[in-house]
Amino acid sequence: MFRWLIGAIAASIVVAHALAAEPVEIGIGYLGRPGTKETLSLIEQPAANNGVAGAQLAIEDNNTTGKFLDQHFTLEEIHLKPNADAVQAATALVEHNGFIIADLPADELVKVADALRERGTLLLNAGATDDRLREEDCRASVVHVAPTRSMLADALGQYLVWKQWRRWLLVVGSHDADKLYADALRRAATRFGAKIVQERSFEDTGGARRTDSGVTLIQRQMPVFTQQAPAYDVLVAADESEVFANYLPYRTWDPRPVAGSAGLVPTSWDASHDQWGAIQLQNRFVKLNSRRMTALDMQAWTATRMIGEAASRTNSGDARKISDFIRGPDFQIAAFKGKPLTLRDWNLQLRQPILLADGRMVVSVSPQEGFLHQFSELDTLGVDKPETKCKLR
Amino acid sequence: MWRTCLLLGSALWLAAIAPADAGSAYVSNEKGNTVTVIDTDSWSVTNTIKVGQRPRGIEFSRDGKFVFVAVGDDDTIQVIDTRTQAIVDTLPSGPDPELFTQDAAGKVMYVANENDNTVTVIDLEKRARLGDIQVGVEPEGMTVSPDGKILINTSETTNMAHFIDTASRQIVANVLVDPRPRFAQYKHDASELWVSSEIGGTVSIVDPAKHAVTGKIEFAIPGLRREAIQPVGIGITRDDKTAFVALGPANRVAVVDAATHAVSKYLLVGQRVWHMDFTPDEKYLLVTNGISNDVSVIDVAAQKVIKTIQVGELPWGVTIAKP
Repeated sequence: MFRWLIGAIAASIVVAHALAAEPVEIGIGYLGRPGTKETLSLIEQPAANNGVAGAQLAIEDNNTTGKFLDQHFTLEEIHLKPNADAVQAATALVEHNGFIIADLPADELVKVADALRERGTLLLNAGATDDRLREEDCRASVVHVAPTRSMLADALGQYLVWKQWRRWLLVVGSHDADKLYADALRRAATRFGAKIVQERSFEDTGGARRTDSGVTLIQRQMPVFTQQAPAYDVLVAADESEVFANYLPYRTWDPRPVAGSAGLVPTSWDASHDQWGAIQLQNRFVKLNSRRMTALDMQAWTATRMIGEAASRTNSGDARKISDFIRGPDFQIAAFKGKPLTLRDWNLQLRQPILLADGRMVVSVSPQEGFLHQFSELDTLGVDKPETKCKLR
Repeated sequence: MWRTCLLLGSALWLAAIAPADAGSAYVSNEKGNTVTVIDTDSWSVTNTIKVGQRPRGIEFSRDGKFVFVAVGDDDTIQVIDTRTQAIVDTLPSGPDPELFTQDAAGKVMYVANENDNTVTVIDLEKRARLGDIQVGVEPEGMTVSPDGKILINTSETTNMAHFIDTASRQIVANVLVDPRPRFAQYKHDASELWVSSEIGGTVSIVDPAKHAVTGKIEFAIPGLRREAIQPVGIGITRDDKTAFVALGPANRVAVVDAATHAVSKYLLVGQRVWHMDFTPDEKYLLVTNGISNDVSVIDVAAQKVIKTIQVGELPWGVTIAKP
């Protein structure tokens, strides 16, 4: 395990306020388990600081605001090594920090939440999309900034239905995460009136994702894999494990668009998103990190800004006050999505529009026009209050 | 050329010669990279001027001879000569200028630079940069108090109105408002500062002496979600009796009793209504509708939309010469 402190900005802050009191220190912990994930596309390889780079930018933003309120934010990071224990690391983090932003797998997140329950530390889940964390495994001390698989699938489903691409050929990978995403896509099809005309599964037989001349083989495999399908409008791929989906565009037997894990992808953020002032955030991010901003970066930025926003609104550095305000009825956060983001009070999931991006451009933003809801159109995405299995405690 | 004109622009000289362009409205078209010129007598488009990339903030010079337009993606402010309707100069703003304001004499310009959390101060006579003021994250709304002593800047992600002493160029107070403050406007008697919050969906009423929010204007339109109501531009009549607030994607302009802060009416305009300006006689108010690519003309006394004028792509700001 290795860790380091970010406190470098401190020196520049105090200058503006000669007469100001000593600033209130607000410590935020970041606990991540770096994915060793291989991606099919070289340009989608995650950077070593994927996620935490967003938190670092938000610390700068929080401190620009904080200098007017005598608040100073710091980020303490722990990036877990493969065998390191997340609970132990989290326990160390809460020694100096009132909050933890977590990018952890679902099981570990639940363990950390339960271990810190007595302390009441607020966890902000920036990475895990598992619906069960907001349903049967929900916790009153965990706020979910990352969207769920069901929110992502519904965002895509609404658009495909709006586009009148109602007949889906669903191709599912063989790993657990792929199957969970497929569940969410099936649910979306049922909710919005699409029809899955056939399902196929793509076995991960192992092997390297990058080989010389591999492209020749793929060009032969993919058409064969997708031939003799019943008539369909769009191929929807569930492949969170990066085994096959990005091989499908332009290689299907029938000339059909691809969506889901490749082609048109639902996501909380995209490097090409520039609406609603997002260009300013994108510019700040590139300036700080010399690379483009990913969905995980944005989720960590939003989590860190949520703490900063609550600290401004309560004019307090008290972790309890800030945590209660975040979970309270008056909390809202601006995050370059064209509308305020708020928390679902029944499971502490952040409501948010979902972008549909093709890797170069944002094609659309869901919820789509016409998908109505009695309280908030954003609640047409994901599991809604009447269906929830969450009992917050 | 324009520099000499500005130098000569003393009060006497101004009184002798009427502004070149009294009956014209200039509209910046953010996506079209153009400025549309509208004749405010016939309500017809008389010219379309090609400008730099992403024109947004737009304002007449105090002497009415020039129109300044911030072209954010070119990191500068262009100067249009209203007589020839050609770009004659540029001003040294910081990166990505969006909104700006001028002092009463038209000698100093203050520019919000979204990309580096600064307000740039420009000497309009010398066209020189006088300095920068560090403010909050994503500075946007800009206005100067009626007595000229205080510059207001709003920062969109810090969610504050910063009060800046124009003499010392130091921040003297910060007032927290609702999320994404876009625009700030003083009442003419300086008794109140109004700040619109796009994402918060409100207009905060700030007491400029106490530096405190004393009230909030909220908007409710039957059949519309709260999230669709996003206040941006504000216009207050000279008698401080009536205010108009553009509500963005709600496609409406709210009419507000400026004394009681009660909303009396919602006027249906075009899509994504953004900024506004009055004609000099305050008979009419022009508002820009970004998504429908037009400008609505509101009869101020009747509180009715009387006309819609097609302009360029994504109209953003509008300025009308004040004699």
